[in-house]
Amino acid sequence: MARAELTQDATEARIAALDLPKGGKWATSARNDALARFRAMGLPARRDEYWRYTRADALNQPTATEASLFDSRETMVFDKVDRLRIVFVDGVFDAAASDDLSLAGIEIERLATAAQADIHWAKDLYGVLETRGQTPVKRPFAALNSAFATDGVLIRVTGAAAKPVSLIYQRGSTQADAILHHVIKLEKGAEMTLLENGPAAARFNKVLEVDVADGARFHHIRAQGRDHERRAATHIFAQLGSESQFKSFTLTVNGILTRNEAVIEFTGDDAVAHVAGAAMGDGDFHHDDTVFVTHDAVNCESRQVYKKVLRNGAVGVFQGKILVKEGAQKTDGYQISQSLLLDGDSQFLAKPELEIYADDVACSHGSTSGAIDMDALYYLRSRGVPKKEATDLLVLSFLAEAVEEIEDEGLRDEIVGRLTGWLARRGG
Amino acid sequence: MLKINNLHVKLEAEDKAILKGVDLTIEPGTVHAIMGPNGSGKSTLSYVLSGRDGYVVTDGTATLEESDILDMEPEERAAAGLFLAFQYPVEIPGVGNMTFLRTAVNSQRKARGQDEMSAADFLKVIREKAKTLQIDADMLKRPVNVGFSGGEKKRNEILQMAMLEPKMCILDETDSGLDVDAMKLVSDGVNALRDAGRSFLVITHYQRLLDHIKPDVVHIMADGRIIKSGGPELALDVEQNGYADLLAEAEAQ
Ligand SMILES: Nc1ncnc2c1ncn2[C@@H]1O[C@H](COP(=O)(O)OP(=O)(O)O)[C@@H](O)[C@H]1O
Ligand SMILES: [Mg+2]
Repeated sequence: MARAELTQDATEARIAALDLPKGGKWATSARNDALARFRAMGLPARRDEYWRYTRADALNQPTATEASLFDSRETMVFDKVDRLRIVFVDGVFDAAASDDLSLAGIEIERLATAAQADIHWAKDLYGVLETRGQTPVKRPFAALNSAFATDGVLIRVTGAAAKPVSLIYQRGSTQADAILHHVIKLEKGAEMTLLENGPAAARFNKVLEVDVADGARFHHIRAQGRDHERRAATHIFAQLGSESQFKSFTLTVNGILTRNEAVIEFTGDDAVAHVAGAAMGDGDFHHDDTVFVTHDAVNCESRQVYKKVLRNGAVGVFQGKILVKEGAQKTDGYQISQSLLLDGDSQFLAKPELEIYADDVACSHGSTSGAIDMDALYYLRSRGVPKKEATDLLVLSFLAEAVEEIEDEGLRDEIVGRLTGWLARRGG
Repeated sequence: MLKINNLHVKLEAEDKAILKGVDLTIEPGTVHAIMGPNGSGKSTLSYVLSGRDGYVVTDGTATLEESDILDMEPEERAAAGLFLAFQYPVEIPGVGNMTFLRTAVNSQRKARGQDEMSAADFLKVIREKAKTLQIDADMLKRPVNVGFSGGEKKRNEILQMAMLEPKMCILDETDSGLDVDAMKLVSDGVNALRDAGRSFLVITHYQRLLDHIKPDVVHIMADGRIIKSGGPELALDVEQNGYADLLAEAEAQ
């Protein structure tokens, strides 16, 4: 059998294992379109350049691999933060566990409900940014998501949201295969903070589409952790209007397979987008950050800051691109991806890319892999700091540039607390 | 306080002997100075005493208040009261100077079974000490030694020493790169710490530092050995006549 046919069979097997959710006109047509997109591109194959460093097998197969439930007495991240809680268990909205979905400055609806409505504001957005994000590189799991997502939230922000909206993903089953799709529309000048945390499911496919209108500001802080056995493919698609701001930070600790894609497009002038990630993995950890930033407007600033701490054979991947289209003058693009390898077994694979068609731009990128600085370690120890603590301090300092992308001090402290906890649980 | 006996040290990476039988005894409350040409092994001695990797002790002993320090981890030596002011202080991006100092102080207290210092107490003490060394709030906030001038780095070393209150202080070329004013500041900082229970080993190239920090004993080191010891006048002799005569004299023996 030819390779193409093999891929086609796998794609059809994947589709056959899922049901296209029923819904109103707009939702049904969006889902059918997405299904057609997915069929046309097919699942990633091994020869697929965009999946060169990450094996998609566990994401490709028709059903989820079982993942044992994680039992922890530790409190969840963000627990101390005043926020509106929206809980999903195995990818299904749990009204009883969630707060009342009303908040000043913001409208929140469940995708599962909104999809039943015949006409809905989300019809101009659902799957739309995802579709734009399929060019020039295809992202099959995002198309699959738009077709088959069963739940999620639709959020319209009209003013300044009174407090952060917090999506909490809990697990109850060892084999849930969850597909969630969220759409967020920030109207002109609106502002909100979105928090995400929790293991979600044995296999998790999530898409977040964010439309940031002129002058609006979006803050996103996500923590992926705990359940080491989870397999996840997530996508963020964002479109930025003029003078808008988009800031997204992701913490990842543990995880056999995590592929986080972020696709950011500047369509209005003078906007700012920062995406950052701090990941720490031990052993059979595989973490992939794949980022694509498109500058199609004047005087916009983008920053990609990704840091990974790897040990005992853990693998970190970074694929990051800055595309500056013709006419996107005065672009300020920055990209840094770094790994700290705590031993000789770990691996960092990086593919930084710049593609520039405008002449008046300032873009820089850098990628490095290094070990703990032995001089710094000795210096700390000579001042009485024990080796383990000195190492942890250097690990935290390595991650600092990414963590500092979190503007809110309280939220930053929450994330640092998680990092510190993870380090403390590891041996020396 | 510190007793070094027939210390022989070679490099770990290559078979090269650096220290070739160093003997040195420093009594509590005294200040000893070591002078000597470049490459004679002064820094190596300070590194070996503080526990840096890369050196192998092939013979001899070193004890701090009767305990053998050569078998200890660097942090244990620090907790036992040893402090080295580095010739080249290390930059640590991403770690705030204040955090670094608080972590160091509390690690040592913990190792000695004492309670940690409260954040408020720590702040009070450090502000006071920083002020006398003319270290401003900005320098305390910045990452350890990053972007510090040569003089600022050396002052920062003395601040650490003042905060950690060690018993045995080794200063490796703390005067290098300092102008006259900075030298005065640093020396005043050191002199303020002099007391009956604390000893100093001051490694320097120039006699001028010893005008400010008056030594009880001066040693001359050459080619991995102490070739001559004497009073403060030995430093003046070196200043006037250089090392040549001393080296020739040692050679002749
Ligand atoms: N890590 C090292 N690798 C190679 N050579 C070294 C190392 N440490 C010291 N040396 C050598 O040992 C000798 C003594 O150096 P050092 O202790 O720095 O002398 P001083 O401080 O008296 O100038 C020099 O010849 C120096 O090159
Ligand atoms: Mg030296």
